[in-house]
Amino acid sequence: MDLNDTPQQAEYRERVRAWLTEHKAEAPVLEGPGALTEEDEIIAARRAWQRKLAEGGLAGTTWPKEFGGQGLGPIEQVIVSQEISRAGVPGILDVIGVGMLGPTIIAHGTDEQKQRYLGPMLHGDEVWCQLFSEPAAGSDLAGIQTRAKQNEDGSWTISGQKVWTTNAQFASYGLLLARTDPDVPKHKGLTMFIVPMDADGVTVRGLRQITGDAEFNEVFFDDVRVGDENVVGGVGNGWGTALTTLMFERLTIGLGSDAMGYSPERFADRIAADAHASSDGEVRQRLGHVATELLAVRFTGYRMLSALQHGQIPGPEAGLSKITTVNAGIAACDLVADVVGPEALSEEGENPIAYHTSFLPGLKSAGGTEEILRNTIGERVLGLPPEPRLDKGIPFSELRAKEKEQVAK
Amino acid sequence: MNLELSDEQVFLRDAAKQALSRIDTIAAAREVLDGGERPDLWPTAVEAGWPGLLVGEERGGAGLGAFDAMLVMTEVGRRLAGVELLGHLPASELLDKGGFDGIADVASGAARACFVAAAPPGDLDAGWTVESRDSMARAAAPAVDGSGAVTGEAAWVVDAPGADVFVVVAAREGGEPVAVAVPAGAATVEEVVRYDATRRLGHVRFDGAAGTVLDGVGAAEITRAWDVTQALVAAEAVGAVETCLEMAVQYAKERFTFGRPIGSYQAVKHQLVEMLRRLENARSLLYYAGWAHESGPDELTVAANAARSAAGEALDHAARANISVHGGIGATWEHDAPLFFRRAQLTRRLLGGHAGATDRVAGELLRRSRERAGSAA
Repeated sequence: MDLNDTPQQAEYRERVRAWLTEHKAEAPVLEGPGALTEEDEIIAARRAWQRKLAEGGLAGTTWPKEFGGQGLGPIEQVIVSQEISRAGVPGILDVIGVGMLGPTIIAHGTDEQKQRYLGPMLHGDEVWCQLFSEPAAGSDLAGIQTRAKQNEDGSWTISGQKVWTTNAQFASYGLLLARTDPDVPKHKGLTMFIVPMDADGVTVRGLRQITGDAEFNEVFFDDVRVGDENVVGGVGNGWGTALTTLMFERLTIGLGSDAMGYSPERFADRIAADAHASSDGEVRQRLGHVATELLAVRFTGYRMLSALQHGQIPGPEAGLSKITTVNAGIAACDLVADVVGPEALSEEGENPIAYHTSFLPGLKSAGGTEEILRNTIGERVLGLPPEPRLDKGIPFSELRAKEKEQVAK
Repeated sequence: MNLELSDEQVFLRDAAKQALSRIDTIAAAREVLDGGERPDLWPTAVEAGWPGLLVGEERGGAGLGAFDAMLVMTEVGRRLAGVELLGHLPASELLDKGGFDGIADVASGAARACFVAAAPPGDLDAGWTVESRDSMARAAAPAVDGSGAVTGEAAWVVDAPGADVFVVVAAREGGEPVAVAVPAGAATVEEVVRYDATRRLGHVRFDGAAGTVLDGVGAAEITRAWDVTQALVAAEAVGAVETCLEMAVQYAKERFTFGRPIGSYQAVKHQLVEMLRRLENARSLLYYAGWAHESGPDELTVAANAARSAAGEALDHAARANISVHGGIGATWEHDAPLFFRRAQLTRRLLGGHAGATDRVAGELLRRSRERAGSAA
């Protein structure tokens, strides 16, 4: 049993670390004294930093070399993330583009699309957003209603609404899942499109959350026209293309709660500062439970890395770590707030406990709700039978009509 | 990063599975409750070489680590097998370190050892403590005088009946702990069976029992033995959870209500996934404890106690969920599910209990936080 790098990994880590040591002074400062405060400034600085990282080979680690990547494996990707975090500098700005959407275009896009879009994406010149979820389609993603209709000249007109869109406010492009044929069962009539975010008819509106911040957006499409060359993966193949994106999403989550800031040590520090709480049996039981869960996630992450290194791709069970992390995070914030009192909920200045207290309830649903994750894991890992479905084999248009009828009753 | 089992570890695990499949230990767990004979599984352990797992090769053992022992304990737990390794293995490691004369017999299993464990001092309990007979209040560990004579009692000692040699954690007058090897003949063992008949429990009394204080075994080594014990209890629980989950999943696929298998209902499916979630968390912590035992001694206390806490609670949950997924049949005497429930109920209260392990995780993290704050100041 070995938590250390292989000699090759150690050498790679050394190279990454050396690059970061040399360049870290050029990284934007986002926290503490001298931190940038204006959003425009922050975005511009982070774009420039992403370009530096890409030029240094620290972005798109797993992308093929022909598209500007390093052609390396997920382990090297993890090493880069660890070293970036160790150096205390920000990572790339466009995690969603480089981590999920780029790989989708690499897998399903045309040669022209790869030539046109991948380079600027990797270098932060064009940031991307993911236009999948809708107000009425989250867990049941194939239920999306955004429509794309083909015009006589072959171009497409898109109408509908997307939601929970990170980075839409400054993105250049979005990868959008739309319904192109409502008269076939719902997984079949979908198509993936590349949409320029500055096209006529695209409206982006910030969506304020419990935290008070708007970290996501709603995006509206009113008769937005895109060319036929913007179809990714073929008309009617949108579901398969989306599954590729979601597979890459799974690779990016579950690799550790530490990256999200939920480390057992950090919570223990808050309790240890209070001598009374430190010797309270109930507080200690709660801390012990939270710490145990977070330590388990840390080692589950190591098990996953070890499996990756041995050529296995993580399956849906990776979702268990997300469930554990979110719930342990909630329990930990609750505990700290119980120990500190109302002051723990202060929203003046930087206060991670108040922030996470507000952020975590939404995270329970993000990237797959807890209930859907449990269904998927039950079916795909434990082999349990699926729930009978009322939408199988029924054309989407008919299904919608039935839903409306049922609500009207 | 390599957490894959080695070929030797896979072999050790599969051999354990094989060796334990020869006796229906689960059926035996029920028969013993009905007054039947307890199957003697020690010869199986001896044949497989388990008694010497943690003893150095040059002294007749296998020279393996705690993680290897955990792999065996997981298989033991899967089948509720009453093999007396929880008492023997930590004791054998201490006897080996302490240069005990009869170590070859302990390694071969010709002599069965039993660890009369004491919990290290914590923030809530000063001094070394043992279980008391009928209270959550812990009792002081037995005392030892200058000549090595031990006096005192430890209640609910796992694997005490039938042991040949006890390794007793005893406190010197100033509170400093030592480990004393006491031949069984010098102690009084009151055998007790409570709820889970697969466990051989005893209240062990020493009245000036003459023993040998083990050389070179101090607080650090004794704490390590306590932690190893916690990790082994955890491994055994992980095995028991595996069986509960397999039983429940199988049944959820076969049992139909309202025209469909019950495993298709989210209310049932989600309970089964919760069993899996807790199981995999506990398993990850076994890796943590195994790694710490081998390469990160400073982490062993946190790792082993976190494993005990997670695995113990996973078993509590799995044993109950297994009964409820089975419905009424799961609550009958003939069914296997209650045997796992009995295991969970008794074991959560032994060897410091889950709550003790959870508290130790907290205590250790708080201690480190104070150290960090102190060095920063």
